[in-house]
Amino acid sequence: MGVGIAVKDLNAWFGKAHVLKEVSVKVGANAVTAVIGPSGCGKSTFIRCLNRMHETVPEARMSGTVMVGDMDVYKPNIIAADVRRRIGMVFQKPNPFPTMSIYDNVSAGLRLNGYNKRRELDVAVEDSLRMAALWDEVKDVLKKKSGASLSGGQQQRLCIARALAVQPELLLMDEPCSALDPISTGKIEELIFQLKAQYTVVIVTHNMQQAARVADHTGFFLMGKLIEYDKTEKIFTTPSDKRTEDYITGRFG
Amino acid sequence: MPSVSRPLSLVRRATNVCFVGLSGLAALLVLAPLAAIFGYLVYKGIGSIDWAFLTHTPRPVGEAGGGMANAIVGSMMILGMGSIIGVPLGIGAGVYMAEFGRGRYVTFVRFTADVLNGIPSIVVGIAVYAMVVLPQQHFSALSGGVALGIMMIPTIARTTEEMLLMVPNTIREAALGLGIPQWRTTLQVTLRTASKGVITGTMLAFARVAGETAPLLFTAFGNQFWSVKPNQPIAALPIQIFSYAISPFEDWHRQAWAGALILIVLIVAAVSAVRVVTSRGNMANNA
Repeated sequence: MGVGIAVKDLNAWFGKAHVLKEVSVKVGANAVTAVIGPSGCGKSTFIRCLNRMHETVPEARMSGTVMVGDMDVYKPNIIAADVRRRIGMVFQKPNPFPTMSIYDNVSAGLRLNGYNKRRELDVAVEDSLRMAALWDEVKDVLKKKSGASLSGGQQQRLCIARALAVQPELLLMDEPCSALDPISTGKIEELIFQLKAQYTVVIVTHNMQQAARVADHTGFFLMGKLIEYDKTEKIFTTPSDKRTEDYITGRFG
Repeated sequence: MPSVSRPLSLVRRATNVCFVGLSGLAALLVLAPLAAIFGYLVYKGIGSIDWAFLTHTPRPVGEAGGGMANAIVGSMMILGMGSIIGVPLGIGAGVYMAEFGRGRYVTFVRFTADVLNGIPSIVVGIAVYAMVVLPQQHFSALSGGVALGIMMIPTIARTTEEMLLMVPNTIREAALGLGIPQWRTTLQVTLRTASKGVITGTMLAFARVAGETAPLLFTAFGNQFWSVKPNQPIAALPIQIFSYAISPFEDWHRQAWAGALILIVLIVAAVSAVRVVTSRGNMANNA
């Protein structure tokens, strides 16, 4: 089951650059939330702060609190790897492990966390691939073909399957369709729609139509600040902030 | 108006043919010495390789026959010990430089590796003589392994570093994003992705030290008799070839050629074996 997110006074820096400023927001469980805004507004940094990927960059810092379900993500005794195991992430560019087969890619999160029961791995791989709508396309070549041999759209669905295999409570997607053609994008959007039955999804997107299509709630970022967060319908029809309106009507960005 | 759809001019086509020809010629020039050396070795050495050569130890001066069994086994032992020392240290240093090190200390490690790479092998031999042989009070197979191991480190460390830096950061992020701990990400994802290049570097280092004679003169020392004790002087193919080649005996010259051929065959066999074994299960090959 998905969990809610509560972010309070989140600030983030890269060296001296202050990229996120005082972001506070609550995101409901089992819903899709879109994060929109112009390039460099901090939306990727925002979701990377949720699963502690932000700190993997040298010189990156943050302050504030992030609660995912009942887990205080930045509590000193919480280990980053444990956080990331509970929060899946799909990246902008499909990044399957090139030396691993399709099967090994999907099961990587389980295997490399010390989970080795063959039969249960088989089940997890099939379930995840089915959920990512990739099973029928790859079921005959699971162990024969490399993850990198698939097409771009298939690779991204493979990456989604890989993230789902560890059964996260929250799924973060950082512009998952920006490198894909419209047909693959359509498949992934459909998938996102189905995922919210079991997961909470936060998706960063440059594509406002996409946000309108898939998201229940939408947050608009500008220059490191969360300008507006509301029901998607409201954001795209009657935004309360002038800057949101300017952005969604294409006046800048 | 110039058009790109026009057929290429004669000059451009001639230039093209010229450069393709030149690069082909360059490739041929690179291959020629290799083929010549190998061909000449086979020509001079193959006649002297028989079962006795592979299974007997050297005969006393003046007696014909005998073989290099002790040197073949000795070389394998020294190279094995050298690899046990050099491969993990080299890969470890490379991983450190590419994945964990920051700032000045990395520059220092990298610089040290480059300097170590440039040190003449005979100096490495003397250094190991002072560090291992003198305290032990005698020459030993182990000290030979230490010398070769030290010589393997810089090549392996630098290629490992270069290969790891070529792995895109998105691969590391994918692994970390799955909650895989840093050490496992490095070992089982990043290093595995770079494994082809790392293995090539390791094999280069191995092949290079396999033919080293100078550092063994002060360490393994050579031995006319059968010995497999790590703390005793041991025979090695390069030393045996050297001492046989400079001897005044026709029969020993013949055996030196055979020894050289065996050495090359051993190196090629070892490199191929490692390639076959490690390419199994690496999906990058059938992408």
